[in-house]
Amino acid sequence: MEKDIEQIQEQALKELEVASDVESIKDLSIRYLGRKGKVTQFLRSIADLPPEQKPEAGKKANKTKRLLDAKFKKAVKQLETASLETEDRIDVSLTGRVVRQGSLHPITQVAQQICDIFIKLGFDIAEGPEVETDYYNFEALNIPKNHPARDMQDTFYISKNIVLRTHTSPTQPRIMEQQKPPVRIIAPGKVYRCDSDLTHTPMFHQVEGLLVDKGISFGDLKGVLTTFVHQMFDAETSLRFRPSYFPFTEPSAEVDIRCVICRGAGCRVCSHTGWLEVLGSGMVHPAVFENVGYDTTRYSGFAFGMGVERIAMLKYRIDDIRKYFENDLRFLRQF
Amino acid sequence: MKVSLSWLTQYVDVGMPPEDLADALTMAGLEVESISDRYEYLDRVVVSRIAKIVSHPQADNLKICQVDVGYRVIPVVCGAPNVKKDMLAPCALPGTCLPDGNVLKKELICGETSEGMLCSEAELGLGASGAGIMELASKFSAGDPLNRALGLSDPVFEIDLTPNRADCLSIIGIGREVAAFKNTKVKYPEISLPESCDDISNYTSVKILDPDLCPRYAAMLVFDVKVGPSPFWLQNRLISVGLKPINNVVDATNFVMMETGQPLHAFDFDRLAENRIVVRVAREGETFTTLDQKERRLDTEMLMICDGEKPVAIGGVMGGSNSEVEDTTTRVLLESAYFDPVCIRKTAKKMGLSTDASHRFERGVDPRGTTTALHRVAQLIVEISSGKLISGTIDEHPKPLPDKIIDCSVNALNRHLGTRLDQNEIESFLRSIEFDVEKIDSDKLRVFPPSCRVDISRFEDLTEEIARLLGYDNIGTTFPLIPADDRKTSWRVDSRVRIKHLMTGMGFTEAINYSFISKLSCDRLQIRPDDPKRKEVEILNHLSEDQSVMRTSLVPGLLETMHRNLAMQNKNLKFFEMGNVFFSTGEIDRQPIEVEMLAGLWTGIRNDALWLSEEINCDFYDLKGVVEELLRSLGVVNGTFTGMPPEFCCYTKPGYTAEVFMTDEPLGILGELHPNVLRNYDLKQTAYIFELNFDRLLEHIPAMKSAQPIPKFPATSRDITLIVDRNVEALKILKCVETLDEDLVENLHLLDVFEGDPIPSDKKSVSFRITYRSFQETLDDDKVNRIHKNIADSLLKEFDAVLPA
Repeated sequence: MEKDIEQIQEQALKELEVASDVESIKDLSIRYLGRKGKVTQFLRSIADLPPEQKPEAGKKANKTKRLLDAKFKKAVKQLETASLETEDRIDVSLTGRVVRQGSLHPITQVAQQICDIFIKLGFDIAEGPEVETDYYNFEALNIPKNHPARDMQDTFYISKNIVLRTHTSPTQPRIMEQQKPPVRIIAPGKVYRCDSDLTHTPMFHQVEGLLVDKGISFGDLKGVLTTFVHQMFDAETSLRFRPSYFPFTEPSAEVDIRCVICRGAGCRVCSHTGWLEVLGSGMVHPAVFENVGYDTTRYSGFAFGMGVERIAMLKYRIDDIRKYFENDLRFLRQF
Repeated sequence: MKVSLSWLTQYVDVGMPPEDLADALTMAGLEVESISDRYEYLDRVVVSRIAKIVSHPQADNLKICQVDVGYRVIPVVCGAPNVKKDMLAPCALPGTCLPDGNVLKKELICGETSEGMLCSEAELGLGASGAGIMELASKFSAGDPLNRALGLSDPVFEIDLTPNRADCLSIIGIGREVAAFKNTKVKYPEISLPESCDDISNYTSVKILDPDLCPRYAAMLVFDVKVGPSPFWLQNRLISVGLKPINNVVDATNFVMMETGQPLHAFDFDRLAENRIVVRVAREGETFTTLDQKERRLDTEMLMICDGEKPVAIGGVMGGSNSEVEDTTTRVLLESAYFDPVCIRKTAKKMGLSTDASHRFERGVDPRGTTTALHRVAQLIVEISSGKLISGTIDEHPKPLPDKIIDCSVNALNRHLGTRLDQNEIESFLRSIEFDVEKIDSDKLRVFPPSCRVDISRFEDLTEEIARLLGYDNIGTTFPLIPADDRKTSWRVDSRVRIKHLMTGMGFTEAINYSFISKLSCDRLQIRPDDPKRKEVEILNHLSEDQSVMRTSLVPGLLETMHRNLAMQNKNLKFFEMGNVFFSTGEIDRQPIEVEMLAGLWTGIRNDALWLSEEINCDFYDLKGVVEELLRSLGVVNGTFTGMPPEFCCYTKPGYTAEVFMTDEPLGILGELHPNVLRNYDLKQTAYIFELNFDRLLEHIPAMKSAQPIPKFPATSRDITLIVDRNVEALKILKCVETLDEDLVENLHLLDVFEGDPIPSDKKSVSFRITYRSFQETLDDDKVNRIHKNIADSLLKEFDAVLPA
């Protein structure tokens, strides 16, 4: 009996030696280890042996079974590996099936970046109508009718008292009428001015900001806007605050940053001044507070606004503002 | 506003390089836009030596000179009597733009070539003499640029003044700012009026009928003037700031206006009827011819300066040709007034006429400077026109403006700015710009701003003055306390961002189109007359017809975007846009209704052509799949699509258009573009569009999602094919299965829709796969078969359908 199992093993190993493909090894495996295979049959026949021989025979037969199984598997694996190394390959240099993402408009992306910075600082988003009353667009902001400051913004009129908002600033009185201080809002949106050339489109985007609380100072304005500029551009970008005039702020400040193109050496983009105007800002004018019923003795605040197209132009080096609204796919897909 | 350095230094010691001055002005709030040298036009004028002179063969009064201009000798035809050999004279080379506006070029003069021009002082704008060419000192050498040789340089600053700084609309005004940061004082011009025994009251009078519009009007008389060109220095000053010299009287008024900021006017006294001035508003329908020879229609809001009979000037805007100072004028009445800024602005706006005078009056001139400027101009005219001053000044001042007094708390100021200035520092800052200051107590100052500072009226105005005098950059940065609680998020903004990201994820690129579109858009889209989309908001002063009304749909913008892209050979497009549309309420002076929309457009191929696949054009179901996936991703479950009746389709193709509903509310539209619309927008390929009401969609986006359990038991499915009437919408069949309310139906999936042989032409075959599942057990076949048969029977009955043969 013992001889039988040894012979079976020997026979199997011989046959394995000459087996040259995966199929014949699998066949071999069935013939020896399958349900009706020789090893399997031998294992069954052990039952007929006298009890004292059973343990030994069983042990040997199982050993053979394990050995053959391992050898067959190894051989299959070797053959398979060998064949993978030689045949059957694809041209991986061919293009994959296209999965195309679209892209967000650069204005959307930059407006989002601006808002995100202020949201992290603790501002909430607010929005207002694009077609505004003369009151919110001008008068509530301390720009009475027939005031020369109205010349600063060429206005589209719908009727005598209805205009396309010329800035996002009307959001300021609208929010303050609804909400008591503290107010910390950031208001992105479309604005309109009656002007069209290389550097002006009749529609563009602004982001407005307003912070009102007890004890807010001009120094706070400088702090918040400096943080913004450093996050929006980079921490090395130097900036300067310079006196300016907006009827709804006092003091008013224009914020210039060191030209991101020439780093201050002077170039076409910065009109050879080394500085780029990026933000208008100021302490909220008491007349604006009075218009919304805030107590000017208790509260102070600052407001600011910036043009999104302008900042996107600087960030992406876009030279013609009209490109934003032509929506050429080759342009938009770059962002 | 232009300021030349040489003129400015007449009133203040500048003592710094032009670039530094520009920087200092900018940082003081007077933004210098550019610096140019007013002698730049002499760049192509050189010192030349006349090497040889021969007579002109064709003209006796001309000579042909061989002129050494340094690098070569050129022929110049010259008619000047003083030209002589070896003389040094300025020669303008081709390309020079002379002060009279002529651009010099190489030309033939009476048949002889002339490659330059020997110039007189007058021709070069360097002096009054035009009699002969300018003789230059022998120390110069030929070829030297003239401006360098003569040391001619006068930087001119172009200042972009903000509308509040009316006080800086003058050279002295700018000088006051310079004096402040240079820590010095302005040297005001000295005025001493010559004596005479006559008195103005013997000759004329001023009567103000509208003191609200004209709170002050002052006049003086100068007789025996000789009107003629101004002296060179005066002309030179005016030219340096961009004004054109006219005659000595007018030039003097302009000079003093530029110097002091007070506009002045000179009338020919003998052309004033009854020799007197009446200030009143115009009568309705009155007309008047201004100095520019234009006849203007007046109305009762316009302030007129009149003589005894008729208007002679539009107050504060422009004089009239009927009283203008001419060469023959001998007696002039000089006007210096303070007009109501709003009145002047309205008048100038209505007339579309902005003058140096109206620009200043509407921003507010110094109400106390009226007579000072008048005396200054009278003195000047006497000097330069050999006139005789009539003693006395008429100064009608019916409505003096109140003095401004502002109390300023040092503590409040420091709190507002975030500074730590003491009372003395603040006082000296204010004094540096000519504010008077009194100490009230250890904290408070009483401040008296000068009358020219019309922009200063309250405490906050003083804070700006202090801040800018201190320098904004010298104020430390601090950070406000911002508590972390109480943050609000905007559902609208967050949902919008989500949708935009979903759309880009599905391959759509965001477009932003103008909110205004052509008035013809509705016609191009074949919108019916009663459609709300016709309720467009018109822009009164639109820039072009293409941008004349506010959009009531995002579709026109997307179609124009498609058109532009096709023209650029971008033929496969997937665009979306989110933005507001605007509907008129029909009431004037009411804001329109704004609705935020989401629209998408897909045209061209479904996927990029590749070695793996063929190009297949996108179709209705591609775009529908996008909308469905968008709604699914947002968690919106109750959206349905139903065929829009053909008679309601306007810009989409009948039969290829779905209306999208949220429960029963219309949400939007999805469809293929109507061929007529393609033609109207000159589009050579079809496109699929959708447009949804974002405001409405927003209400259906669930704020919270709760997780559903994942089934433990396997599902089993059965297919069913029905042959139904062609017009039966698949949605109806699905809905019908739902209404059967079989608990075990988990999902219904459309497998196939087939029309054509062997199906009868008015029928179609529709195949579904119904998935059954129980959450309690593994279903056995018998049970499923029973339910499936029930469903099939119900459907056959409901849709009058048959099973396939």
